[in-house]
Amino acid sequence: MQNLGISILFKGRNILRLLGGLWITVKISLLSVAVSIVLGILLGILMTRKNPVTKVLTRIYLEFIRIMPQLVLLFLVYFGLSKTFNINLPGQASAVIVFSLWGTAEMGDLVRGALISIPKHQYDSGAALGLTRFQIYFYIIIPQTLRRLIPLSINLATRMVKTTSLIVLIGVVEVLKVGQQIIEANRFQAPTAALWIYGTVFFLYFIVCYPVTRLAGRLEKRWQN
Amino acid sequence: MNDTEVLLEIRNLEKDYGDTRVLKNITFAVKKGEVIVLVGPSGCGKSTLLRCINGLEPIRSGEIRLDGRTITDGKTEWTEIRQKIGMVFQSYDLFPNMTVLQNVILGPTKVQGRSRNEASAEAENMLDRVGLLDKASAYPRQLSGGQKQRAAIVRALMMNPDIMLFDEVTAALDPEMVREVLDVMLELAENGMTMVIVTHEMAFARAISDRIIFIDAGEIVETDSPDVFFTRPKSQRAKKFLNLFSYE
Amino acid sequence: MYVQAAGLALSLAFWGILLSLAAGLVCSLIKYFKVPVLQKIVSGYIELSRNTPLLVQLFLLYFGLPKLGIVISSSGCAVIGLTFLGGSYMSEAFRSGLESVEKSQVEAGLSIGLARAQIMRYVILPQAITVSVPSLCANIIFLIKETSVFSAVALADLMYTAKDLIGLYYKTDEALLMLVAAYLVILLPISFAASLLERRLRYAEFGN
Repeated sequence: MQNLGISILFKGRNILRLLGGLWITVKISLLSVAVSIVLGILLGILMTRKNPVTKVLTRIYLEFIRIMPQLVLLFLVYFGLSKTFNINLPGQASAVIVFSLWGTAEMGDLVRGALISIPKHQYDSGAALGLTRFQIYFYIIIPQTLRRLIPLSINLATRMVKTTSLIVLIGVVEVLKVGQQIIEANRFQAPTAALWIYGTVFFLYFIVCYPVTRLAGRLEKRWQN
Repeated sequence: MNDTEVLLEIRNLEKDYGDTRVLKNITFAVKKGEVIVLVGPSGCGKSTLLRCINGLEPIRSGEIRLDGRTITDGKTEWTEIRQKIGMVFQSYDLFPNMTVLQNVILGPTKVQGRSRNEASAEAENMLDRVGLLDKASAYPRQLSGGQKQRAAIVRALMMNPDIMLFDEVTAALDPEMVREVLDVMLELAENGMTMVIVTHEMAFARAISDRIIFIDAGEIVETDSPDVFFTRPKSQRAKKFLNLFSYE
Repeated sequence: MYVQAAGLALSLAFWGILLSLAAGLVCSLIKYFKVPVLQKIVSGYIELSRNTPLLVQLFLLYFGLPKLGIVISSSGCAVIGLTFLGGSYMSEAFRSGLESVEKSQVEAGLSIGLARAQIMRYVILPQAITVSVPSLCANIIFLIKETSVFSAVALADLMYTAKDLIGLYYKTDEALLMLVAAYLVILLPISFAASLLERRLRYAEFGN
């Protein structure tokens, strides 16, 4: 009986279909991370401005996104938008929007923390050399913050990949859904398929996330200086 | 002089750190009531030696005998021995989550099973003698370095040890606080406590010690009475070492 | 109806968090004392649980295990899943606390004759917990957020396709608003309390 179960993995193009689903997950995560990094840096810089209005607004944005479970945000965007504004967003697009919003908030906070930790006299020395504000940021501040940011960003990316698993609940066909379909299709030939398929999905996520986590750890240690 | 019993005896002690031998053939004896000061260049093993006596570091070979009993045979219960050996560290290491009073009665109550009241009474007595009674309910973070070190000494004394070890206890203190700690140690010595001290305070070493043991590169180079050591040292290395402290 | 669901989610969360803390403490002690075989197992467990999503873990528990003959109720799966995930995070939080206590504190304890167990109880643990609390609180908040997965999974029987999901949510407006409000109501106070607690503890330890 067990043989029947595990052989489902090798039947037909099942593995490829699973990997295809995994690719959707990874694609959404990568896209969201890319957007988050760019927007997050901008947000972070924005958050260090002295303007009290921006401080309050950005703070509210940050706290809201942080406190809300990502699933709720997904539902808000996917179902809520279509109901209230009659915009019908496909699941993947909603996912990218939500994760980008989430990622930007987190990145913004990381960037703000990194910027604050840079001693003030770095800014002063730059100004003393006659650099404009933009040049100071570009040549002096940003390179230093990057070192602190990159391991933390990689950590954020990993979390995003894991959270992407939730999009199955708004109907996106990603790896978990593909797994479900395979199990459904083979309900009679391989009754124990569920164990093996979900087990495989479990390990697929692990195989994607674990090396990234290790990489982040190694980078962090190397740049501990 | 031979009627005073030997309290601590070290025989042929050897210790390694990895491949390096950091203590070679250390042999000496400490009589009851004697104050021994170990001096020498930094990193030559003096602190390590103290830590070996207290069992905080394992030894490679050799023997340590306390009160006639060998304590390095692997059969002794260190919790029992450490009650007889008091140790004060350079970094004081008071427990930050307890008040000074709680710090000093922790050992007597939890290890020796004495009652809280009795231990507290004795603790307050001792704290008073070192000038810390008003700090008994304070937390370590509220104390200065010198006060913390005096508290650490009381903590060790509360266990009624036979011998006290002091590991560079003033090295981390601001200069103005060094004296208050050294005064406590001088009084201890006057009252007959057996002490083994590692220090860089040369004037203090001269004043308090009965014997100076000069250690360099992990071995005992010279043993003298303090007057002899500081005025007519026998070895070249000792002379070189003492020159570091004179500014002619 | 919403109140009932919220109540259930909270009680599942409560048990999950409690068990995670217990499991986390045990695992961190195992790693701290470097217990021979168990240490490797615990490390493996931590890596597995931190690199896989809760949803997949739940699927495996709820649909996969029955194929091996082990059937667990949905509530049981929820608590087990939460504990599995939470335990590793709590373990890391406890471990960083334990390792923050300097070795010299242990030596000071040894020097006055304390046994190792006594040192753990009177010296190490009190200090470790203070350091761990911020992470522990963050983890608790994280776990509460994860419980949102339960509600979605319970509402949508997993065999159905996305179409049916949308059908179920036809009256979405109030549902969504309620959901948002519910999480805000629960998590904002906890978040606020956690930062207060952290500030209080930091003051007690460092006096600032």
